[in-house]
Amino acid sequence: MDWLNAIVQGTLLGGLYALFAAGLSLIFGVMRLVNIAHGDLIVLAAYLGLSTSIALGMHPLLVLVAVVPAMAGMGYVLQRGVLNRTLGDDILPPLLVTFGLSVIVQNALLEIYTADPRKMDAGGLETASVDLGGLTLGVLPVLTFAVAVGVIAGLQWVFYRTALGRAFRAVSDNQDIAQIMGLNKAHVFGLAMALSLAVVAVAGIFLGIRTSFDPSIGGGRLIFGFEAVIIGGLGNLWGTLAGGVILGVAQTVGAAIDPGWQLLAGHLVFLLILAIRPNGLFPRMDG
Amino acid sequence: MSVTYDVTRSSQAARIAAGLGAVILLLLIAAPWWAGRAELRLIGEICLFLSLASLWNLMAGYAGLVSVGQQAYVGFGGYMLFALTIFGGLHPLAAIALAGVLGALVSVPVAALIFRLRGAYFAIGTWVMAEVFRLSFAQVSALGGGSGTSLPTDIVRSLAEGRAAREALAYWLALAASVLVVASVYLFLRSRRGLALTAIRDNELAAASLGIDIWRTKFVVYVVTSALTAMVGALIFLQKLRISPDAAFSVNDWTAFVIFIVVIGGIGTIEGPIIGTLLFFALRETLADLGTTYLLVLGSVAIVVMLKAPKGVWGLIRSRFDLELFPLGFRVRRTDQKGA
Repeated sequence: MDWLNAIVQGTLLGGLYALFAAGLSLIFGVMRLVNIAHGDLIVLAAYLGLSTSIALGMHPLLVLVAVVPAMAGMGYVLQRGVLNRTLGDDILPPLLVTFGLSVIVQNALLEIYTADPRKMDAGGLETASVDLGGLTLGVLPVLTFAVAVGVIAGLQWVFYRTALGRAFRAVSDNQDIAQIMGLNKAHVFGLAMALSLAVVAVAGIFLGIRTSFDPSIGGGRLIFGFEAVIIGGLGNLWGTLAGGVILGVAQTVGAAIDPGWQLLAGHLVFLLILAIRPNGLFPRMDG
Repeated sequence: MSVTYDVTRSSQAARIAAGLGAVILLLLIAAPWWAGRAELRLIGEICLFLSLASLWNLMAGYAGLVSVGQQAYVGFGGYMLFALTIFGGLHPLAAIALAGVLGALVSVPVAALIFRLRGAYFAIGTWVMAEVFRLSFAQVSALGGGSGTSLPTDIVRSLAEGRAAREALAYWLALAASVLVVASVYLFLRSRRGLALTAIRDNELAAASLGIDIWRTKFVVYVVTSALTAMVGALIFLQKLRISPDAAFSVNDWTAFVIFIVVIGGIGTIEGPIIGTLLFFALRETLADLGTTYLLVLGSVAIVVMLKAPKGVWGLIRSRFDLELFPLGFRVRRTDQKGA
């Protein structure tokens, strides 16, 4: 029963990791950009949620209405103002610029909010649970997992069923020809980053309700998201969800063996999959 | 009138720079006699950062291996110094050398794994590796687990008699490391393999079509860089005398600063990391009181440099004055001889 419990809890935790990863997967698919500041932006969204919920006295989940558009707008401006200039054949500029951005976001948060761990108060949602034949499921982890599935289904729908998704796939296949066909790639990239940071906002709020957070944890969240993307296979959003679940299960099972092994077990499973399936489990595109 | 061409590697500027460099080096060797304790410590730290920056530059600027996980080897080297002296009973100097060898050994399987990731994903893969190193060393209770340990006093004493002598020795080791690293990078780039590396930097496809084994060249650079980084790591923690997983595998201290140094100084040049290190420490000494604001400034400067002057400060100087202080390229000069 302990093992079953660890696996179920790990699966639900995987939902949160899939939320960390979906935005990363999306922008890599559209413009081959890897955003090193991704994790710090998740933490930024958590702090935005915290401040808004305290200032307006709102429930953290309701705050999503404000934080999602705010992060999306920030993503569009960031992409058009800074990141578009770094895109090209050389991988160095986007990498180093997002790395600099990561340090800036982290230290700006440190300046404003100090290093004290904070947490969002969701009025009992964090501790609520349901009994299911011996298994105790937390309401929040189940909700997080459901939202992750919803977000990925939504992204999948946008990608394959809408004009915006067609534009994303077009610039992903060939930027120049997409441009000739009348797409403004700077704008399309801006929208992709906006969508990515909208998902980051959701991830940040659920992170902030689930656990306490401080400005320094962004790098760790980036790594979890990255591992989920690689395990699942590049360019495959459902694969990213599967990657998140595998990572989550590896961590909870590792923690069940020895609490000190939680993070290490996740990393080792990632390295194992990298060793035997370098392209991940369900790849759709080349790195 | 006959036209002859003269092909030279060196230039007036390079000769002057070499002479000046020799004078500065002599002054630095004599530093324990003219500098105070605090200055000696600072110069030693500058030397160690210069070593880290030159090594990272060789990987990222020449081999295109952008790593954000070099702290893995800094920490590994530091921990090896502690483990080999405490449990192996080795002299610290022998431990530093052996830390380099072990760093090379451990980097081979690491490279075999993370070389499967390309470009930016390689970068994050190196970070995952550094995390694995950090979490693994935090599990070793003999080395203090998560809270770390100090170097026992008898081992510190075995280095040299008296505090001043020890500090001077630690300083000379740091200085020697930086000279060794910069000289090795320079000589490596002048060699046949270095030429191959430069070709890969300029165009990977063209280099491959000329018969250069890209994977192997990058692999060699990765292993050599890891070994030297581990030795520098051992020296860093010989100065600190205390180690903990969070300090040893800090991404900010051993990678973020190093990347900023190289980017601001000029990536893909030997001179860049030197100028970057000096600018970095000048900035740090003036802004350190501001705390986190200093990191905000540093991050912003790096972004602006990357966007506006991707070749860094040295790139600006070089394009303006056509200088090369470490002669790598060849120059063709036309010499006209009248008569005859």
